[in-house]
Amino acid sequence: MTLTTPGILSHPVTRSVLLHGGVIVLLGWLYQILPEYHSGNLARIMVLAVYAMGYNVLFGYTGLLSLGHALFFAAGMYGLGLSMYWLDASPAPGMLAGLISALVVSGIIGALALRTTGVAFMIVTLMFAQAGFLTILLFGEYTRGDEGFVLQQADRILFGLDLTQPANRYGGALVLFAVCLGLVAWLVQSRFGKTLIAIRENEERARMLGYDVQRHKWLAVVVSGTLSGASGAAYALLFGYAGATFATVQYSIFPLLWVLLGGAGTTIGPLIGTLFMFYLIDISSQFTSAYLLIAGVILILLTLFAPHGLAGVVRKRLMPWLP
Amino acid sequence: MDFGPHLFLAMLEGTITAAVLALTAVGLSIVFGIMRVVNVAHGEFFMLGAVIAWWVATLLGGHPALGFVVALIVAPLLTGLIAATADRLVLRRINYDPERTIVATIGLLYVIQQATLMTFGPEARPVEAPFNQRIALPWFEYGVDGFMLTWPWGLGTTTYKLAVIVAAIVILLALWVLMTRTRIGLIMRATQLDREMAIAHAIPVDRVYALVFALGAALAALGGVLVVPIQQAHYLMGGDPLLLSFIVVIIGGLGSVVGTVVAAILIGMSDGIISVFFSPTLAKILATLFVAFVLVFRPQGLFGQRPL
Amino acid sequence: MTLLSTKGLSKQYAGLRAVHDVDFSLERGEIRALIGPNGAGKSTFVGMLCGRIAASEGQVMFDGNDITPLAAHQRISLGMAYTFQITSVFARLSAKENVALAARRLSDSTPKRVRERVNKALEQVDLQDRAETLAGDLSYGHQRLLEIAMGLAQSPRLFILDEPTQGLAENEIESFKQLVRTLAVDATVLLIEHNMDVVMQTAQRITVLNFGEILAEGTPEEIRANDAVQAAYLGTG
Repeated sequence: MTLTTPGILSHPVTRSVLLHGGVIVLLGWLYQILPEYHSGNLARIMVLAVYAMGYNVLFGYTGLLSLGHALFFAAGMYGLGLSMYWLDASPAPGMLAGLISALVVSGIIGALALRTTGVAFMIVTLMFAQAGFLTILLFGEYTRGDEGFVLQQADRILFGLDLTQPANRYGGALVLFAVCLGLVAWLVQSRFGKTLIAIRENEERARMLGYDVQRHKWLAVVVSGTLSGASGAAYALLFGYAGATFATVQYSIFPLLWVLLGGAGTTIGPLIGTLFMFYLIDISSQFTSAYLLIAGVILILLTLFAPHGLAGVVRKRLMPWLP
Repeated sequence: MDFGPHLFLAMLEGTITAAVLALTAVGLSIVFGIMRVVNVAHGEFFMLGAVIAWWVATLLGGHPALGFVVALIVAPLLTGLIAATADRLVLRRINYDPERTIVATIGLLYVIQQATLMTFGPEARPVEAPFNQRIALPWFEYGVDGFMLTWPWGLGTTTYKLAVIVAAIVILLALWVLMTRTRIGLIMRATQLDREMAIAHAIPVDRVYALVFALGAALAALGGVLVVPIQQAHYLMGGDPLLLSFIVVIIGGLGSVVGTVVAAILIGMSDGIISVFFSPTLAKILATLFVAFVLVFRPQGLFGQRPL
Repeated sequence: MTLLSTKGLSKQYAGLRAVHDVDFSLERGEIRALIGPNGAGKSTFVGMLCGRIAASEGQVMFDGNDITPLAAHQRISLGMAYTFQITSVFARLSAKENVALAARRLSDSTPKRVRERVNKALEQVDLQDRAETLAGDLSYGHQRLLEIAMGLAQSPRLFILDEPTQGLAENEIESFKQLVRTLAVDATVLLIEHNMDVVMQTAQRITVLNFGEILAEGTPEEIRANDAVQAAYLGTG
């Protein structure tokens, strides 16, 4: 082991701040140079990337594969949507309502689903999410089911800023993304995050070191679910719409796809994966209505050949310190 | 219609659902029982059966019975072939790892579904049944003169629907014979019991797995062919059968064929009854929650020996 | 002073009595070996001590407290360290991180103190030069040592070592005997072993299990001279 003190540039905290701060600065700068179509896309991508980051906390860092995260996304979306639509809540309390909904739902589902593991866990989460979707349809009187409902422009004003204006919308998405990225980056490098990684790597060993594995897993579900809900709530607020489609199985599969592609267990992987898939589908949907075919093919190829994803490969080959 | 006949009708419809469901679910159960993997694309094999039946009927033309009989042979074979190819190219390469298989079969689901969308199109298309006579069904009533037979208006079924029930029973019996009385069935069961020993006895486990996966797909496709004259062929029709098959297999106990059949009857009937008397959505909610809670509190299902 | 004891500890599987009515007692500072023929119930017994296996009947006491209702991770937190029969480390993490995960469990875990504990533990097993190596890339013998380092980092009161010399080379076994004596300075050691040479040279007292019951207990000399033990299994090393 070397006796020299490592330079400031190789200190993990410095690197982390530079990396994540750099990404945020880059995203801010991109708004200035991109045409409106693409900056509009990027706003959407950033919000969905938060969903992917939430999923990644549970899948990439803790090693639990859920097939029911759309339930948490929808909890946030409808928490905000219903309170703004029926209760005339303004955006800030609406966001709070969305966050709390997601928090409560993930707490309950986590407590139940974590009594199972592996394939059973996947199916249980899938089933709960399906039940959630169907419940949204059942109460269509309030939720407008598949059709969904629109949040009026006049209501979507946060701190005096009209969120329907592209600049404000982008800013809102960027703020959300920055806060969540910072949170996740801090979390996974913290003691709690390192414990999650240990549980992913060798659960029994972690248990026999004295770690309360069940409690850690449950907390991971709650964090993951709440982040997903934040994304759902923000999506409804920024893009003015809530609908049952966002609670379907498809929206549980998407974050898995984005995270696998971008790199599970890395902080920037989710953004990369969401970005890639968004544009892949955007481009291929110009050729065919069957653009989900691309999603299917990529899922298969990833499972077969590239389980580490893009950022994962970078970490393996070039930058082992990537959090 | 009064309550009695209405219930009878609901139960009859439920039995038809159960029959088709039993076939589809047994296919999923066999794959899990012998290969220990969960195939999320299973519903798409069901859909392929229906879609291929439409193609065959359209290409052949003539009397619907002709197209139907040919479809009964061609659809399962073709679907089985597709399944075996998927097994060879994908599942074998990831070594049947449970979690990776689920992800890969999700990908397969999208590939099959969207490829069908691209070729078959988004519309639902009907297929004519080979025979379709209406049969009015009697109902008993206890009246002034003792038991009487009445023929309530609306209480009836068709010869085809009854034939579906018979066909499902025949196919399941044939399957039972295959599994318990033939050499191939013996090899499959041996591989299920102890994979290492099977390899040691020079059983080509890889080929057995391909065969099993194909067989599971073929059973689902058969279900699709049988149901297509009653429903219609549509590229999204695999979703419900997948969910219901999951429910049936998990409740009946993964790997237990008898349990699967019993559960199919239970689920098919209750789905039919709740759908008729309450809302279909509520029926589905109850069913999905039931599966979730069975897995959470009784992981071996109702009949199975080993948990997921 | 008794550190660990059991009263009437039993484990029943359907039709099979793996461990039957065992009263066991371990004094502070002892090096105790637990031996017995294959199938004697040693692993099951130890599993019930650390909480990996639930007891069918009986009690486990640690430091005067009844820990029978406690889960495994809670027992470990009370001051036990456990090494697995088949070495179980975090293969994709560095040796340093492996030990750090153990060290972080203690209450005063600032990054600096954790680093100190990690370095100390690695030095004690002579793995300090391999701190950055991925645990999975270490040789089997080194992985075993890593597990012991993880135990050391926990500053435990009781070390439970499950067949620690299995798979080690001769020279590694020699250093291991020395290591056990080092462990015993600060902790009590319970050793499950098949290697009689190791047992005779490190253990202060030996407990012999057979058919799920205690056959004999005593010093190495007493056990060596015990005919029943000889009969139970010809003590080969």
